[in-house]
Amino acid sequence: MLTDLTIAQAQAGLKAKTFSAVELTQAHLTGVDALNPRLNAFITVSHAKARDQAKAADEAIARGDIRPLTGIPLAIKDLFCTEGIRTTAASRILESFIPPYESTVTANLLNDGAVFLGKTNLDEFAMGSSNMTSAFGPVENPWKRRQDQNAVLVPGGSSGGSAAAVAARIAMGATGTDTGGSIRQPASFCGLVGVKPSYGRCSRWGVVAFASSLDHPGPFARTVQDGAILLGSMASHDPKDSTSADRPVPDYQAACKRGVKGLRIGVPREYRVDGMPAEIEALWQQGIAWLRDAGAEIVDVSLPHTKYGLATYYIVAPAEASSNLARYDGVRFGLRKDGAELSDMYGNTRAAGFGAEVRRRILIGTYVLSAGYYDAYYLRAQKVRALILRDFNEVFANVDALLTPTTPSAAFAQGEKMDDPIQMYLNDLFTVGANLAGVPAISVPAGLDSNGLPLGLQIIGKNFDEETVFAVSAEIERAAGFTALPQIRAGM
Amino acid sequence: MALDPTTIRRIANLSRIRVEHDQLEPLSRELNGILGWIEQLNEVNVAGVEPLTGGAQMAMKMRDDVVTDGGYPEKILANAPDRNRQFFAVPKVVE
Repeated sequence: MLTDLTIAQAQAGLKAKTFSAVELTQAHLTGVDALNPRLNAFITVSHAKARDQAKAADEAIARGDIRPLTGIPLAIKDLFCTEGIRTTAASRILESFIPPYESTVTANLLNDGAVFLGKTNLDEFAMGSSNMTSAFGPVENPWKRRQDQNAVLVPGGSSGGSAAAVAARIAMGATGTDTGGSIRQPASFCGLVGVKPSYGRCSRWGVVAFASSLDHPGPFARTVQDGAILLGSMASHDPKDSTSADRPVPDYQAACKRGVKGLRIGVPREYRVDGMPAEIEALWQQGIAWLRDAGAEIVDVSLPHTKYGLATYYIVAPAEASSNLARYDGVRFGLRKDGAELSDMYGNTRAAGFGAEVRRRILIGTYVLSAGYYDAYYLRAQKVRALILRDFNEVFANVDALLTPTTPSAAFAQGEKMDDPIQMYLNDLFTVGANLAGVPAISVPAGLDSNGLPLGLQIIGKNFDEETVFAVSAEIERAAGFTALPQIRAGM
Repeated sequence: MALDPTTIRRIANLSRIRVEHDQLEPLSRELNGILGWIEQLNEVNVAGVEPLTGGAQMAMKMRDDVVTDGGYPEKILANAPDRNRQFFAVPKVVE
């Protein structure tokens, strides 16, 4: 089936004219139409535009203009502004917003010939780890528990729709954003490769801002090589983003073939936490053995401030969010709820437009930045963040990459972990450090738990050394031989 | 309790989010739960540590102070909830 191909295989098929870009896109649109009513992975499906782009791709192929993603159907997280296509951030406040411009990352993908199937669901403003906070409803994970087929599992979050779409084979790849784990955690929950590059590698221009110092655009794919193809296209230096890295984008596909012989791989002892399922610990040990067998040297290392990462994040991210989300005032775009005076209009608009988790984070962020509390909370968190970065820098003086589990659990069911915000926050325990430090990290599917649900391993690398992270990820992928398929997928 | 209902009302006002009276108590409980958990950062010795503002370990770039974009008011106003000619319209601010 065309929907089962990897991006690399589809590129070859399009080039050899085994099938057309229109056929490839239509196969995916048929899958979307069949499965999206159940999965709710897409908020907006752009059928007509996708067919037009596919037709243009066939014309380009006919005249020999074949670019890295010509004719490849992708899903775009509904946090990337797409010109002329509604962009909601899964929030009522942007329900009818149609951007008059294209984000840099999606412009790069379009310039490389990609086809956009539509905009995928997410936690509102990317605030969440389950996709349960979306104003457009939850997303169903295409994987099912072997022993409990009736349970509806979450795909993780915040990029839950992107992950569900790629896992269900109704998109060949997708964009996501990762602020505390929002690409890697859903990748782990859905059996996918999720790439969070170094901070500054992918431009944030045109991406709806959550926490600017922590937001990282990156791709979802079904193979490490596909992740390399997508990141190579998404990454660029962008003068419109003042934190965009002005350095050449390496050949990530070549890096996938490097192997791990002679690499020093660190295993951070602080990632062994109480209450972690034995299956995850066992998979981690298996990953260590795979890398050792492939010629890597395993080194026990320490990141002593790991346990403070989440608390640091839950000051820094809400503080930045409270500032970034100040723009939603009902004046220039988005929802407006009238009031007698201007201040009433602001208050009414923001009370009606933001969901509970977004309001909660804006209030926390406003509090930790307010006079009298700034030093005790925000400044202290920034100092702990400096210590977390120092931990990574010290460890990376001695090792080339780190291997850890991606998440402390497999996918959970809708409704679980919903009563206590902190239980939900703990999902990002292993992923948040790479956001605070800005270093690259990839989650690779490495095995299944006893319920038949996918589990990921995370590889963390040095700043701007995605190449080594891809090399190690490719080795884990090769050794794991992960071939399991989700129960819900196109063509079933 | 760090965040009593009066403080919640004050930060809600700073945030420009209308909060109904009956939401103050539950919000206070929720936010105090989160802040109580965050208090663990007080264990960390941060003496002499410079605060880190972001992940970009690079110098901020300067750019020329020139206009490089603009001149399309219709695009800018296309999503406006209310407009008057080429302006955004809001409720009356000055009597």
